[in-house]
Amino acid sequence: MSGVLVIAEHRQGALREATLECLGAALELAPSLGGQVTTLLLADAPGSLAGELTGRTHGLKLYVHPDLAAFNPELYLPVLADAVAALQPSLVLMPHSSQGMDLAPALAGRLGLPLVTDCTGLSWPDGALSVQRAVYGGKAMQELALKPTATVVATLQAGAYQAPLPNAVETASESTTLTDLSPRHARRFLEYLAGVVEDVDIAEADILVSVGRGIGGPDNIPQAQALADALGATLSCSRPVADAGWLPKSRQVGTSGKTVRPKIYLALGISGAFQHQAGMKNSGTIIAVNSDSRAPIFQVAHYGIVADLFEVLPKLAERFGG
Amino acid sequence: MKILVLVKNVPEVAEAELEIDQGALDLEDLEMVVNEWDNYAVEEAVRITEASGGEVHLMTLGGEDDEDVLRRGLAMGAHAASHLCDEAFEGSDPATVARIFAAAVKGGGYDLILTGVQSADLGQASIGVLLAQELGLPHATMAIALEPSAGEVVVTRELENNTSEKVALPLPAVVTVQSGINQPRYVSIMGIRKVRKMTIEQIEADDLSLAEDALGAAASMVASQSLVLPPMGDGAQMLEGGLDSVCDQAAAILREKGGLA
Ligand SMILES: Cc1cc2nc3c(=O)[nH]c(=O)nc-3n(C[C@H](O)[C@H](O)[C@H](O)COP(=O)(O)OP(=O)(O)OC[C@H]3O[C@@H](n4cnc5c(N)ncnc54)[C@H](O)[C@@H]3O)c2cc1C
Ligand SMILES: Nc1ncnc2c1ncn2[C@@H]1O[C@H](COP(=O)(O)O)[C@@H](O)[C@H]1O
Repeated sequence: MSGVLVIAEHRQGALREATLECLGAALELAPSLGGQVTTLLLADAPGSLAGELTGRTHGLKLYVHPDLAAFNPELYLPVLADAVAALQPSLVLMPHSSQGMDLAPALAGRLGLPLVTDCTGLSWPDGALSVQRAVYGGKAMQELALKPTATVVATLQAGAYQAPLPNAVETASESTTLTDLSPRHARRFLEYLAGVVEDVDIAEADILVSVGRGIGGPDNIPQAQALADALGATLSCSRPVADAGWLPKSRQVGTSGKTVRPKIYLALGISGAFQHQAGMKNSGTIIAVNSDSRAPIFQVAHYGIVADLFEVLPKLAERFGG
Repeated sequence: MKILVLVKNVPEVAEAELEIDQGALDLEDLEMVVNEWDNYAVEEAVRITEASGGEVHLMTLGGEDDEDVLRRGLAMGAHAASHLCDEAFEGSDPATVARIFAAAVKGGGYDLILTGVQSADLGQASIGVLLAQELGLPHATMAIALEPSAGEVVVTRELENNTSEKVALPLPAVVTVQSGINQPRYVSIMGIRKVRKMTIEQIEADDLSLAEDALGAAASMVASQSLVLPPMGDGAQMLEGGLDSVCDQAAAILREKGGLA
């Protein structure tokens, strides 16, 4: 048992950034595991995807088949099972993404391997894996020490590790053309769907007034809109607000919505779950209003106000003629 | 169509002050609620059976008080519920939880099994897919739309950055449901009262054909675990003072950083 096996992720011809973060983590961990980093890329054509991985992994194993253009766990699993058997890695690593959530538990389940998901930190202090993860919507951290085992499957939270520099290591590549993919079930990829039609592009706004579940209901949206109008700002939101239909989906900030970098991000009644933070933490100035002084949003905000947003909203609008 | 939905009771933490006692969360003062994602899954299952017939069965694994989450689901229109409750289940890791559910599900004749994408407490996002593997069924995660037809379900999976994909699964299959797939109906206290006489099947470890050492902490991959409150880090500069003063300060920051007059 040694080294780290990284499963590369790509979509519609582009490598997913989160794969590079896994490589960053893998290169950091591999020495303590007495091994190397091997990356598996399953694709319909070698193309440019391999180029981005070269220099950031010791080994690159490319598996090519026309049906591997889009992700399908049923096509991945047999290839991964063979690779794990051949390489005997200490760790199989992939992003905690829509793909990783579909694949990692399936791989762990099929091979009977332990699984840890959405990790923010991994280490091997005493020959066994030790993991950190955010729980309870980011309001607590869980520290897990695993019993010693041969191979662990883990998924990594986006942004937890950094991509390695290009040319960090020498890469030895090897390509295999697959003839038979032997899936166990007949899951079929049908098509990609583009996102919803936008009323406004929140990524273009200089100032965003963003509301979370704390806004309470659709009847209170006009109050937030009034402040946005007074500031010349655009209204955006967290996922539950879009889920409930209080604002259109196109206004949602976060991993499954939009990534925004306005000059000012004013977060009202947003707890600051990781999936939300990922979409707004690089904003110029973040001001958060929340009645809970321990809300995780205050960890990424530059300025914090612990208060009832309904008291702050009208007073703030007043100061801008609203 | 016969549909099984896994529902979990979780503590509501968004507005609560969490207390960690000896590395574990103190649940004493926390309100328990249905896991947000599971609520969407129950609604979806009930809608499918309302549209084209069939029945919805609920299952939860938890302590005695967690029966509430089943009553709530019955009030939404589910037809039957099972409560997996036994001290022997305590300390189980996700693989073990999936194994317990698999033992309880076997022979149930379900066409479709729904779970939430993740539970709001530990957010492991794994039970549904692990269960699919235990049962030898196909799966798809992150469903934001379901179109079941004879022998097949077409699942729209939410991907990152505002894209999604459609995949087709042969039935029976396991699907994990993402929030926003529907607008779950409102559940009133009256509604819950109406179902209070429905029997809930109780399932203990002895009812399942599982070896004793395949359960609980003994079978878990975890050697030790603890919770800590996250370091506040550098964190935000908190604006202090009365409401007016705080709003004055915020307005000044908005003017300076936003270039507002
Ligand atoms: C796969 C996946 C993808 C996801 N993608 C996204 C995404 O893209 N974007 C996203 O936002 N989330 C996303 N989520 C959901 C995310 O995990 C959280 O559930 C969500 O961000 C919580 O939204 P919230 O902060 O508005 O609500 P809550 O967590 O419920 O927080 C509400 C906050 O409002 C505060 N509050 C309540 N009343 C008041 C008041 N009167 N005054 C002041 N404060 C008040 C509370 O203290 C609390 O902090 C995703 C989840 C999954 C599993
Ligand atoms: N103890 C449990 N009881 C019932 N359902 C559960 C339980 N644990 C997990 N689940 C189901 O599995 C989904 C994913 O949970 P998790 O893998 O723990 O994040 C949840 O949304 C539930 O549908």
